[in-house]
Amino acid sequence: MNAPILRVEGFEKHFQLHEQDKLIPSSKDVNLEVYSGKLTALIGPTGAGKSTILKGIYRTYLPTAGRLLFTAEDGSEIDLASADEHQILDLRLKEIAFVTQFLHFLPRQSTLNVVAQPLIQRGRSIEDAKDEARELLAAMKLPMRLWEISPATFSGGEKQRVNLARGLIAKPRLLLLDEPTASLDTKTTERVISLIESLKYEGVAMLAIFHQPELVDRLADDVVEIQPPENSNLILEEIA
Amino acid sequence: MDKVLQVRELSVVYGKGCASCYKKTGPDFNSNICPDCGSVVAAHDVSFDLYRGEILGIMGESGSGKSTAVKCLFFDEEPTNGKALFYDEDQQYNLFRLNKAQQRRLRNHRFGMVYQNPNLGLNFDISAGGNIAERLLMSNVSNYSDIRGRAVSLLSRTEVLSERMDEMPKNFSGGMQQRVQIAKALATNPPLLFLDEVTTGLDLSVQAAILDLILEIQQQSQTSMIVVTHDLGVIRLLADRTLVMKYGRVIETGLTDQILEDPQHAYTQRLVASAL
Repeated sequence: MNAPILRVEGFEKHFQLHEQDKLIPSSKDVNLEVYSGKLTALIGPTGAGKSTILKGIYRTYLPTAGRLLFTAEDGSEIDLASADEHQILDLRLKEIAFVTQFLHFLPRQSTLNVVAQPLIQRGRSIEDAKDEARELLAAMKLPMRLWEISPATFSGGEKQRVNLARGLIAKPRLLLLDEPTASLDTKTTERVISLIESLKYEGVAMLAIFHQPELVDRLADDVVEIQPPENSNLILEEIA
Repeated sequence: MDKVLQVRELSVVYGKGCASCYKKTGPDFNSNICPDCGSVVAAHDVSFDLYRGEILGIMGESGSGKSTAVKCLFFDEEPTNGKALFYDEDQQYNLFRLNKAQQRRLRNHRFGMVYQNPNLGLNFDISAGGNIAERLLMSNVSNYSDIRGRAVSLLSRTEVLSERMDEMPKNFSGGMQQRVQIAKALATNPPLLFLDEVTTGLDLSVQAAILDLILEIQQQSQTSMIVVTHDLGVIRLLADRTLVMKYGRVIETGLTDQILEDPQHAYTQRLVASAL
């Protein structure tokens, strides 16, 4: 078997809330591996800290402990938990993408621009990037009449597809998926599934959280069960 | 990745200063006034790097020292301490060691500044086009039709009607004055742009248009920018990384999404919580 593209060792995250004088544990003792061309699924009850792990890897959350060893395209190994901010920004631009259930987009931008953005940021010409965005949106069967308007008024399913297209367009080496099919109907979900399958075929490594267990069965090569950290629902230790 | 600016241990003290100025001020003392000598420590120990094409946000309430830091870099104020290196076309400038002429040269050619108050950035006694011409003349463009042509293209880029370029800025609305100021700052294609509370006090729709314009400029020209603001929305929209300042000190720095979703410092947590 190939070496993993991402190795998570002893990941831990807690939040220190100064106003309330509380320590909120969110994830503890997480160990997992993600491989190119394979999908690792995170399962576990609500509140187990599954999303926290993804956000920790993307560095939206600052990990409390542990190592997140990512093997970059040039072969170097980077600990995402402690890497310099510029290094993280560079990886986000070129190698790691995150698709959540919520669409964060720049207001007042057409859908086509929103989707093309990651390619433009990587230095592709605007026309080129838009062409690829059109192709991807067509593959996801997003009606063409929506392409030139902002996703602000879209339905949940439409937004979700824009979100996915934006995450996939730059062909990241590692893709983090947080319930990418959460608000989709069966037909659209099938399209997303075949898209994920073709990404696997192209060698993209994926770490995913799925709402529906049958998607885990169909797509996951590896399943990691996450347990909520101990004491997470007790009154938490007071901090000085 | 190319580094454009490296700032280390920048400090600004107003007043005579004494040995306890730095020790007895800051967030831990809830004050930036030295209790021993009464000097104001506007900024202390501010350090950061800025890369090409990057937008760095400096966030904090009024009096936190966020503008002071930027004003030093633009030579509007003199630092008490610290070092800043500006990297430009294989050259390296030790900003606070340059003589006045060298500073003026950088200000006129390689830096752009947009102030909250257009009065500071624009000359209100000459026309909008004249303001841009002034900056071009200072950087040795002297052919009349070149200047006129460049002014028209800059003003159209910032969506100021070129028919109005011969009017005085005082006849313009606040949003339009701000756009003329941005056009003026961009006149020499500076690799480094300072934006000090540029949308504060403007209508929401005008704010949006100006922020869109700033993003467009950053994307088209790979301009590095430092955006000073107290507005979390501006930070969220523009900045890749953010410094949070309080009482003259940097209390937290991080990726902008991390600062907003997982703030570490008590003050930042309160700030983010009040915005949501």
